Amino acid sequence: MFDFTTVSTWFHSLLTGVMPEWLAIGIECLIVLLFIIILYATLAIILIYAERKICAFFQCRIGPNRVGKWGVLQVFADVLKMLTKEIIKMRQSDRLLHDMAPYFVLVASFLTFSCIPWNKGLEILDFNVGAFFFISVSGIGVIGILLAGWASHSKYPMIGAMRSGAQLISYELSIGMTMLVVILLNGSMQLSEIVQQQADYGWNIVRGHVPAVLAFLIYLVAGNAECNRGPFDLPEAESELTAGYHTEYSGMHFGFFYLAEYLNLFICGAMAATIFLGGWAPFYIQGADGFNSVMAAIPGFVWFFAKAFFVVFLLMWIRWTFPRLRIDQLLTLEWKYLMPLSMINIVLMALVVCFGLTIN
Amino acid sequence: MTLDIQTIEPSALHAEMLRLRQEKKMDFLVNLIGMDWGEEGLGVIYMLESTETGETLTIKTATTDRQTPYIDSVSDIWQIANIYEREVYDFYGIRFLNHPDMRRIFLREDWVGYPLRKDDKTAEENPLRMTDEPLSDTTTEYYRDADGTIKEKKNVVWGPDEYVVNVGPQHPSTHGVLHMRASLDGETVKKIGLVLGYIHRGIEKISESLTYPQMLALTDRLDYFSAMQNRHALCMCIEKAIGLEVSPRVQYIRTIMDELQRIASHCIYYACMTMDTGALTAFFYTFREREELCKIFEDNFGGRLIMNYNTIGGVMYDIQPDFAKRVKEFSKHLRARFHEYQDIYTGNVIAEQRMKGVGCISNADAISLGITGPAGRASGWHNDVRKRHPYALYDQLKFREIVREEGDTNARHWNRMDEMLESLNIVDQLIDNIPAGDIQTKRKPIVKLPEGDYYQAVESSRGEFGVFIESKGDKSPYRVHYRSSSLPLANAMDTATRGQKFADLIAIGASMDFVIPDIDR
Repeated sequence: MFDFTTVSTWFHSLLTGVMPEWLAIGIECLIVLLFIIILYATLAIILIYAERKICAFFQCRIGPNRVGKWGVLQVFADVLKMLTKEIIKMRQSDRLLHDMAPYFVLVASFLTFSCIPWNKGLEILDFNVGAFFFISVSGIGVIGILLAGWASHSKYPMIGAMRSGAQLISYELSIGMTMLVVILLNGSMQLSEIVQQQADYGWNIVRGHVPAVLAFLIYLVAGNAECNRGPFDLPEAESELTAGYHTEYSGMHFGFFYLAEYLNLFICGAMAATIFLGGWAPFYIQGADGFNSVMAAIPGFVWFFAKAFFVVFLLMWIRWTFPRLRIDQLLTLEWKYLMPLSMINIVLMALVVCFGLTIN
Repeated sequence: MTLDIQTIEPSALHAEMLRLRQEKKMDFLVNLIGMDWGEEGLGVIYMLESTETGETLTIKTATTDRQTPYIDSVSDIWQIANIYEREVYDFYGIRFLNHPDMRRIFLREDWVGYPLRKDDKTAEENPLRMTDEPLSDTTTEYYRDADGTIKEKKNVVWGPDEYVVNVGPQHPSTHGVLHMRASLDGETVKKIGLVLGYIHRGIEKISESLTYPQMLALTDRLDYFSAMQNRHALCMCIEKAIGLEVSPRVQYIRTIMDELQRIASHCIYYACMTMDTGALTAFFYTFREREELCKIFEDNFGGRLIMNYNTIGGVMYDIQPDFAKRVKEFSKHLRARFHEYQDIYTGNVIAEQRMKGVGCISNADAISLGITGPAGRASGWHNDVRKRHPYALYDQLKFREIVREEGDTNARHWNRMDEMLESLNIVDQLIDNIPAGDIQTKRKPIVKLPEGDYYQAVESSRGEFGVFIESKGDKSPYRVHYRSSSLPLANAMDTATRGQKFADLIAIGASMDFVIPDIDR
């Protein structure tokens, strides 16, 4: 497997050869920033296009097919439209908070996005409490949504924001607990280490068998809820709250919410791939050496993206199939079913690890 | 049918109504029609029906005082009278004593005059207003105190501390320009109030200046998903009044079209219901089938939504030669696809939980609120006009009246689903036997109804749709009133949603399946 650290070390030594170290690090930071922003935008475009096409196929429609071949330029046209739209300023709203809200959501999305290990040695934020960091920064998004609802000074966004607050905070617990299961199994909170172990001993979902599969399913439900997507799209609940917390936003401010929503979907898929499906680790079958060598020849980031998009597809499938839950049903599901289940699951995983019942 | 109207003095009205309700079990107030008889004064026509015996009764009352007309309210006897009396107040200025909420309902609150009165000068007194529409939170109640003088008091509808959310007039789930004011306690709905009239076109008033054939065009614009049935009702009403027989071929065509229209309407219902509960994919399933039906409609008479098909004494065009074949294909096609609707929606645990036990309306409430159609039959009330007062070919057909007892959203949903299949059964019985014959009975070019009152009801896609015509023997009617099937449904929202969650408000609204232009007329 190709290790990306060779490239980064080489580049670092190249820069330090001609300039002082602080400048080299500064330049590297800028390059990384550029890399994140470009990747973020590209992924958003791919996801929005994919969602439109996939949902069209589910709904016996064709989907976008006018702008460019197969409608591939549709998203670019949409972005252009959104950029040219006026950002409406309302007299009644709290201007400062109202304008700040989308950036909170975006920042949370960017920070979580940076935690993801793309390939062996290709991580942006990677330290010994990576999983912990991931959960904490993803919580910033709630502030943005609550602010958006509050500062709009309007009733529908307010209801949407309150629902969102209740929903995100509840389901974050489940996300945290399922991650704890994985941390128990791997004995590390460093995301790169979690993936490395999966490359060495097999994917967590296989290695941790019953509790890991259970955790994966809980993660899918909770992750879907965290992304505010159907059947958990109550904060937006188009048919009830018109657009929920971002009803009063227009132009690019709305665009930021939209962007963050899609990227959160990807992050949810990517994190599932990282902690359960082996991240960039290829698919190995013990003993079949020929097969394994072919698998190993496929670059790690291809594996990673394939797995992430597989989970994203699962989430889209769910969204375009189920009706929406009601707020009390939503909270019941979390507090009465998912939460206790995840707690039991942690104990189960602890027992599995303690008695060495993992499949290696 | 020609109505036989009994007259009662306003002073004796309330006692007599109460007696009829209690002794003769007249528990269904079909219609409450405001009238302006000029010299005779302003008055109201009440159409009553007993759900036990099927007996019908029409009563009128009138007061000669045009300045401050007062009539006792019957809203304490039949709940539906509440909104009907507000409509009469709005259009005729008749104040109902002891009515808790005498506000205008269709017109703006700052409207001057009462537009359906024969002497109203609407255009002069109401220039185009450039100000916002006022929405008052208090209302006036008129009552007669112990010594007989009429007094008024203020009732508070929306308190200052209530969190009132305006659902509509622009909202994705009100299916038009319905405006509901919902008082919320957190996510729980405490109360609903209706503000109507955003699409009121005054069709009843316009009709008074049109000849009978001209009137026909407007009925399609009431409940546009029941365009066929609405126009069928008006045509039948006029035909019966002038004693015009239509050929068996026309009867067959009309019955088939009514049922196809019902299927198309229920397709729309399913689509709206699923979309309102967030299942966007299911939305497209019935639209796919409705498209087939619309193509059949289009190829036979050019319309997809506004049909303009029935005429006085017949239908506009003969059916196409391949009509029967295509309808049979459609019937087979829909039956084959029918399970898909359940697979994706009702077979789903989320959908089931969203519908079962939500928005219950008891049988007594349903009758008192006048909820007819599939929604009323979900509360165990056998109210199908096709069975109660058969018209066209319905007395010769074998079909089930679909009734459920639960009265919740689930029952309303399944009633409509089953009715789609039942309508297919009806169509299947008829489609092979359409007799040959004229599609238009010869009639005089000018239609004049003999003096009298006429009423004809049909089972539209949402319940009893009735046409009331009072004629003075002219070529245009003296007064036309359409019994809206959607108005009682919208009015029942308050009863059905109290104590439910805000999300249920939307689901219940969808399960009621009201059409706004039918409410507003």
